[in-house]
Amino acid sequence: MLALLAAGCATPGTRGALYDDLGGQAGIEKLVGRFIFEIGNDALIRPYFEETDLDRFHEKLTEQICEVSGGPCRYSGDSMVDSHRNMGVTEAHFNQTVDLLIRAMEAEDIPHRVQNRLLAVLAPLREDIIYQ
Amino acid sequence: MRKWKKSWALGLLLLPDLCQAADGKLLATPGVSQVEGSAGGGLVPWAMLAGYASRDEVSASAFATRVSVDDYRLEVWGAAFNWQDRVELSAAHQNFTLKQSGDEIRQNVYGLKVRLYGDVVYSTWPQLSLGLQHKRLKDPAIAEAVGADRTDHDTEFYLAASKLHLGALAGYNLLWNVTLRSSRSNQLGLLGYGGDEESSRELLGEASLAVLLHRQWALGYEYRMKPDNLGFAEEDDWSDFFIAYFPSKSFNVTAAYADLGSIAGEDDQKGLYLSMTGYLW
Repeated sequence: MLALLAAGCATPGTRGALYDDLGGQAGIEKLVGRFIFEIGNDALIRPYFEETDLDRFHEKLTEQICEVSGGPCRYSGDSMVDSHRNMGVTEAHFNQTVDLLIRAMEAEDIPHRVQNRLLAVLAPLREDIIYQ
Repeated sequence: MRKWKKSWALGLLLLPDLCQAADGKLLATPGVSQVEGSAGGGLVPWAMLAGYASRDEVSASAFATRVSVDDYRLEVWGAAFNWQDRVELSAAHQNFTLKQSGDEIRQNVYGLKVRLYGDVVYSTWPQLSLGLQHKRLKDPAIAEAVGADRTDHDTEFYLAASKLHLGALAGYNLLWNVTLRSSRSNQLGLLGYGGDEESSRELLGEASLAVLLHRQWALGYEYRMKPDNLGFAEEDDWSDFFIAYFPSKSFNVTAAYADLGSIAGEDDQKGLYLSMTGYLW
């Protein structure tokens, strides 16, 4: 834990754009790649992605995280409501997916305090994702 | 035997479902167990319901707590059930020991909590819950001797608001809770309800503040106002500093330094609070 705290102190925790703290375009692409890997390993969440074009998903989610973290991108994918319509994403599955994202961030050595800031900007999407 | 085997096999089949059944929240966000059995901090009931159940799930948990201050020891154990993140039922048994004489006072607390609004992490406004704690005093002799108004049972009500702010404190998650309780319980009810100086309920404020240092660690402070109904001795507000560790969604342990003030004429009651909660599914 101390090592992680120290890691959190070494990077600018609150200063600068979240986009930069995530490692910019390259860092976000790697994170999304790892997130897709975690989804593929999860029996509960994987079925939601069986029909998904993963290359496109990788590209659009990277774009979206880039935009919400203050980077120079515009998300060009479908709205959250449209892309989750009739998927019946439950609150539990949503939270499980958040746990997978946290696992991916841990695997990519993203500092705890940067993780929380990304979760904070993604959290408002929840109401457009669950029970659509 | 055959029948037993069959039900055991069925149990095993159901187990994976049940294990997965209550995983629907971020680690540490349901809090821990408070001294009267409700989900909360150590002293204060929070708006969160016990366990990791989301709105499609159920969850059950059990806890044990021990607070040892200079002249007294409080041991509590109990269980809580969470139905679809809407209703929490809890039961707790308190055993309060006077260290010098060895006398014991036992009380049972039955709790009901209903989530009225929101999600502690995701909703714009704080999660809001309404709760009650029905207290039944098993050993009324001391309560009678010190002038309590009622010594059999009483029910108190509370309204709790809790909110976790993601990354709000320099990137750390910040959690706050405010609870308003209507009570006349003397020292949780262990010394009865109401007294010679005041027999009616009053509104009391309780508050908690915690910082999540990492996913698995929370550091915080709690304050709980208390009534002061008995003429024979002062009753003080309670407070504690706590650190809680959440190794997984199955288990957490909390250590705190509690300041319980003056209890039944003995001043400056301070000491260690230890508590653990296990989530069965």
